[in-house]
Amino acid sequence: MSVLFRKQMVSLALVAPLLLFLIVFFAFPLFTMMKSAVSDPVATQALPASTNALSDWDRSSSPTSEMSAAFVEDLRQINDDQLFGDLVRRLNSAKAGFRTLITKTRTAVKATAGPIDLTAVDKRWADNSYWQVIAIATSSTITDRNLLAAVDLERNSSGAIDTIPAGASANRTILIRTFTMALAVTAACILIGFPFAMIAASVEGWRRQLLLGAVLLPLWTSLLVRTAAWFILLQDTGLINSTLMFLGLTTEPVSLIFNRVGVVIAMTHVLLPFMVLPIFSVLVGIPKTLMPAAASLGAHPVRAFLAVLLPLALRGVISGSLLVFMSALGYYITPALIGGAKDQMISSVIAYYATGAANWGMAGALGLVLLVATLLLYVVYLRLSAERELKP
Amino acid sequence: MDNSFIRFDDVSKSFGALKVVEELNLDIGKGEFVSLLGPSGSGKTTILMMLAGFENPTSGAIWSDRKRIDKLPPHKRNMGVVFQNYALFPHMTVSENIAFPLKMRGTSRADTSERVKRALDMVQLGALAERRPSQLSGGQQQRVALARALIFEPEVVLMDEPLGALDKQLREQMQLDIRDLHKRLGLTVVFVTHDQTEALTMSDRIAVFNHGKIEQIGSPSEIYDHPSTRFVAEFIGETNLVAGSVHSIDGHEAVIRLENNEVIKVVAKDRLRSGSKVVFSIRPERIGLGAGPGNTLETRISDVVYYGDHLRLLLSGGGQSFVVKTDRNRLPPSVGDSLTVSFLPSDCWAVDA
Ligand SMILES: Nc1ncnc2c1ncn2[C@@H]1O[C@H](COP(=O)(O)OP(=O)(O)OP(=O)(O)O)[C@@H](O)[C@H]1O
Ligand SMILES: [Mg+2]
Repeated sequence: MSVLFRKQMVSLALVAPLLLFLIVFFAFPLFTMMKSAVSDPVATQALPASTNALSDWDRSSSPTSEMSAAFVEDLRQINDDQLFGDLVRRLNSAKAGFRTLITKTRTAVKATAGPIDLTAVDKRWADNSYWQVIAIATSSTITDRNLLAAVDLERNSSGAIDTIPAGASANRTILIRTFTMALAVTAACILIGFPFAMIAASVEGWRRQLLLGAVLLPLWTSLLVRTAAWFILLQDTGLINSTLMFLGLTTEPVSLIFNRVGVVIAMTHVLLPFMVLPIFSVLVGIPKTLMPAAASLGAHPVRAFLAVLLPLALRGVISGSLLVFMSALGYYITPALIGGAKDQMISSVIAYYATGAANWGMAGALGLVLLVATLLLYVVYLRLSAERELKP
Repeated sequence: MDNSFIRFDDVSKSFGALKVVEELNLDIGKGEFVSLLGPSGSGKTTILMMLAGFENPTSGAIWSDRKRIDKLPPHKRNMGVVFQNYALFPHMTVSENIAFPLKMRGTSRADTSERVKRALDMVQLGALAERRPSQLSGGQQQRVALARALIFEPEVVLMDEPLGALDKQLREQMQLDIRDLHKRLGLTVVFVTHDQTEALTMSDRIAVFNHGKIEQIGSPSEIYDHPSTRFVAEFIGETNLVAGSVHSIDGHEAVIRLENNEVIKVVAKDRLRSGSKVVFSIRPERIGLGAGPGNTLETRISDVVYYGDHLRLLLSGGGQSFVVKTDRNRLPPSVGDSLTVSFLPSDCWAVDA
């Protein structure tokens, strides 16, 4: 018993560094990011009295005097400008016009000490919709606003989920574009990688080393360098275009950069190893006698390939596709450098929210959508592969 | 040869500088069971693969049913092949594996399922039709491979050490099954093995290979009783090789002087010349204990080995050692005893050294 316990402690000690690393640098940031996507504590923190007063309001009758009194009280208490700024941004993002309204009201409230008639300060305070926004903002410290906005949805005034007006946001378009481009890259990787892996698996010795080296070499250079190299190659005056023009295949340079074609070319090159290696490892594991056996049983080489080799290699193709597709979903540098404005993928939107707009909630929400989509795909893959193995 | 069905005509095969098969001439009759027997690396698999179409001969021609086939791709040769490791398709069930050749030939669905069912019954695997190869024992996989190679009714079946991986009991069962199928279906079988017992029990003819050449070809009894070379005598069964020189020849009998100057009599053969050196093969079971007709030798027992059904004695006499098989019911001899043994002149067979 104690021996077993000691053994367990030793193995725990051995994995401890990894565990700690994963918790600190993976699980914890992931959790924080996901939390920031759904947390909404600003209004509750800034307006404690109003939070109480608004909690029993039915949101359809006209605002009561207790509500205004609590709100005025709260405004007077806010001394932290940072908190006030967050509050303004939070309310204004839900309803335009809040910025001027609340700044104006705060100035008026601070000017006097006693009770104050808000409708006299600004007649918009008689409008229920402003109070509704405050009520929603203070009702909970958790929100689905960011998650809904990530897929171009919002809650309307009655609280039902609705699509946002066309033109207000393009997240859905960009998400669809991200998936389409990842799909295109995956397809290109299969088309190039499968025959390549077949050849690499069928030769031996130095030829195999050479072929595998050719795919692996890109992995040893940095992604940025490879992308920069493509940037140079794909230009109108780059090597590819000058070769095409030299050969007389085209008179005008073909537009390869700042468009979808260039991005797909560069990403396919970068991600190809992740397709070739799984397929290769499955192919070399297939017994060498199966194809001769199929031939001896009367199968034409093409049919033997379709009936024997392809189904057996499919597992490698699926794992390769999954790897390529998932990595492609999160690509940032390559589309940013080689793509045009219309080729930006979801990661550049996330980067915009995270570093440009300081809207961690939206960045987290978009990241979460991506994560969920990827996990769903993975579950589907696991289901499929489990079925294949269990099938009697 | 007129009744030749498969013919190797001066076939050679080299891999680079390595000559694996040298000027092979071999005729196989329709319905014949021919075993290719030889040590590892003697070129047996290569010969089979050339027949099946997976290797091209470096020179020479291969004929089947009077048609030249050495340029024909494998899928057009219509020969059933059973590979050494069975080569079953792991992603197909047993019945899908067996149906594969029919599917490739566009056989109708109804016909296919009918024939698969019959094939499964033939190899007694009806209950396992929906299993995958990985869920079968070695012997079951072997039978699936056999059923798959036979279902499209090929006239020729090639088998490369199909029983190599099986334990002794299953192996003997399968040997009987294959022999039975061969007779029942009138198949022409080319069977590669390096197990001499297997070759002896199953074949109509055995071709013994060494270094890519046929050392001897003939019926099992010819090969066993009258080996033409020392290699064949030693490779097939156990034997005692006795060296000496011809002392005199007298009609049907020759007198041989052994290395310790004892003399024995043997049946004279054409190639025996007075004074020449010769080697004889004497099978252990042909040597009797005690004095008897023919030759007698005085020997001493140097070892006794118990084999269950018989005893094997290691003797020294006549200037060399002998192995003798004996009935275990005789009183147990012990090491160091002297023993008289005898054998007939007709059981001494001169071989090429
Ligand atoms: N593709 C190849 N390239 C080079 N040499 C080969 C090739 N295939 C076989 N050989 C050589 O040819 C010789 C004969 O091989 P083969 O497989 O025919 O022997 P075998 O009689 O079947 O032996 P075993 O009983 O071990 O199966 C061996 O020396 C082997 O190394
Ligand atoms: Mg072999």
